Amino acid sequence: MSILVDASTRVLVQGITGHQGTNHTRGMKAFGSKVVGGVTPGKGGTEVEGVPVFDSVREAVDATHPTATCIFVPAPYTRDAFYEAVDAGIKLAVIITEHVPFHDMLKMLYYGRLHGARIIGPNCPGLATPGGAKVGIIPNVVFREGRVGVVSRSGTLTYEMVAGLTEAGFGQSTCVGLGGDPVNGTTFVDTLELFHDDPRTDMVVMVGEIGGVAEEEAAEYIGKSFGKPVVGYIAGRSAPPGKRMGHAGAIIDRGRGTAESKVNALQKAGVKVAKFPYEVPGLVRDSLKEIGKA
Amino acid sequence: MVLLREYRGKEILRKFGVPVPPGKVVRDAKEAEAVLRSGEIPVPCVVKAQVLAGGRGKAGFVKLTNTVEEAVAAVHGMVGKEFKGEKVREVLLTTKADIGRELYLSITLDRSSRKPLLMASPEGGVEIESLPAEKLLRLPLHPLTGLVSYEKRAVTRAFALPPAAAKDLDRILDSLWAIFEKEDAELVEINPLALVGDRLLALDAKVILEDDAMFRHADFQKEHGELSPLEQKAHDKGIAFVEIGGDIGVLANGAGLTMATLDVLYQEGGRPGIFLDLGGTDDPKKVVEAFLMMTEANPKVVFINIFGGVTRCDTVASGLVEALKQAKPGFPLVARIRGNNEKEGIQILRAAGIGSYSDLAEAARHVVALEQGRASKGGAASPPAPAIAGGAS
Repeated sequence: MSILVDASTRVLVQGITGHQGTNHTRGMKAFGSKVVGGVTPGKGGTEVEGVPVFDSVREAVDATHPTATCIFVPAPYTRDAFYEAVDAGIKLAVIITEHVPFHDMLKMLYYGRLHGARIIGPNCPGLATPGGAKVGIIPNVVFREGRVGVVSRSGTLTYEMVAGLTEAGFGQSTCVGLGGDPVNGTTFVDTLELFHDDPRTDMVVMVGEIGGVAEEEAAEYIGKSFGKPVVGYIAGRSAPPGKRMGHAGAIIDRGRGTAESKVNALQKAGVKVAKFPYEVPGLVRDSLKEIGKA
Repeated sequence: MVLLREYRGKEILRKFGVPVPPGKVVRDAKEAEAVLRSGEIPVPCVVKAQVLAGGRGKAGFVKLTNTVEEAVAAVHGMVGKEFKGEKVREVLLTTKADIGRELYLSITLDRSSRKPLLMASPEGGVEIESLPAEKLLRLPLHPLTGLVSYEKRAVTRAFALPPAAAKDLDRILDSLWAIFEKEDAELVEINPLALVGDRLLALDAKVILEDDAMFRHADFQKEHGELSPLEQKAHDKGIAFVEIGGDIGVLANGAGLTMATLDVLYQEGGRPGIFLDLGGTDDPKKVVEAFLMMTEANPKVVFINIFGGVTRCDTVASGLVEALKQAKPGFPLVARIRGNNEKEGIQILRAAGIGSYSDLAEAARHVVALEQGRASKGGAASPPAPAIAGGAS
């Protein structure tokens, strides 16, 4: 009925007593997520937004049995926070923190794999299944339950896209923000594979941007074996080479990672690529009509 | 991205045990003469301008000199000159090496495999992009194990070196990995790694360190050579600010939305020039700071595009009005505000005389018209489209 998170998801918040941790714990609870516990070393025994706080992930896991963790701890401590979660048996970590060194991310990625733990992020807005659960910081107001999957490397641009879909009457199955860093724990291809197997997702909107080759790899997968319609948008058509456009991962490096290359690859794979962000709902309508679902 | 000039890269190589020829950095001809006369660097020597861009050799910014007079003249000829937009302030004097062969080694991040990538070629001294694929060994390394012996042996085989040099290579490869990991490098490159007699010597160094890992290197002196002075200033303040050459300033929240906004203006025929990402802030003081930054860049017109999700539109609007009082910009403004508390935000801006839209296309066309002098500053403020259902989250 969705991917990665649903009504049964039990959320732990690492860094819950910080400004972001506290605010977004409130946001997640308002969305309907089961936030079962929080961790801040030294703050065990207190409460935030009615959620019990523990000194360690192990204690939180023993007492509250979370299935996912949302990590807000500052970049210098993110890696260890993730290791702690994995060692305590958690299999899904959503890392909101920005400016995590990619060296740390590489180690986290492979350590997680050894233990069957998936990372969403870092430097991401998290993910949400309307009517189910949200793990992250995407504003609650943009969503509506439905059958369009959304996957994106961006934050606010995704909120705009989802709000646009909602306004046009197209609800979402699950919306996943992969993050703006050069190394993402979960990629477009990983997410598309999950959407492929999800009977409640009719089609997918994917929002990419310049830098790297993740969109080209997604295009190859879509062309070969996805089988559901995809509408795409690529940010950064006007970005010059060699400039890092806000996201650490958004850079055209030695001629690689241009918007043109991504748009061409996606179009070749049969993806309808919007030139303007506000064209996306119209293209979604066309795609759903073609498969008889609109 | 923290790019290091050659001599700073070589300092790191030396620290990790990679053999590097003796060298001395000078800032003018007088200093060069003193170094050369003292015999600290003997002639013949190589005079190398310390700039960040590649291709300096072909442009005359690397010179082999045979006498002190020649070397001093070469330094004199380089200091103060510009190479690819960068003024030469430092020149490296280094001993001449009798090069037998030139090799290539580097480790960088491969975003596709999500692993560090070791690249090695028995034909170095040229740009890596110009090497045919069969001359370039590409070994993705596992982040949890680092470089291991069998991988080193693959490089040693490909290089076919005399025994003493092969031993050097083994140690240099370990050093290269240690630098990549311990110094938090994005790139560590030795090109060329020279065979001199039967030993190896690193004749050049390109090291890029990761900005985000600087908390582990508190003693490190940063220089962002690739940033413009304004970009540098913004960077120091923690503002994501990029100059891309046009004359429309864009102030939006979130990197993706800011990029998309530049694209829309570009596709409407405008010339976007400034990327300024407000991020997820709803702190009016931060908005003021960002806006003052934009004012310094002096664009022809500024487009503010806000989607209020985590950020509330009315907070951003109040911040903008406050910033305008302080900055008194001489250019027109157009705002497009959507999302959380959108109506309140638009009201606040209108009360301050800023034309506000909720439709992105309409707003972008107004901005481009202002850029091209086809519209007046007062600007049409179209009625806002209804806000998305719900209101606050």
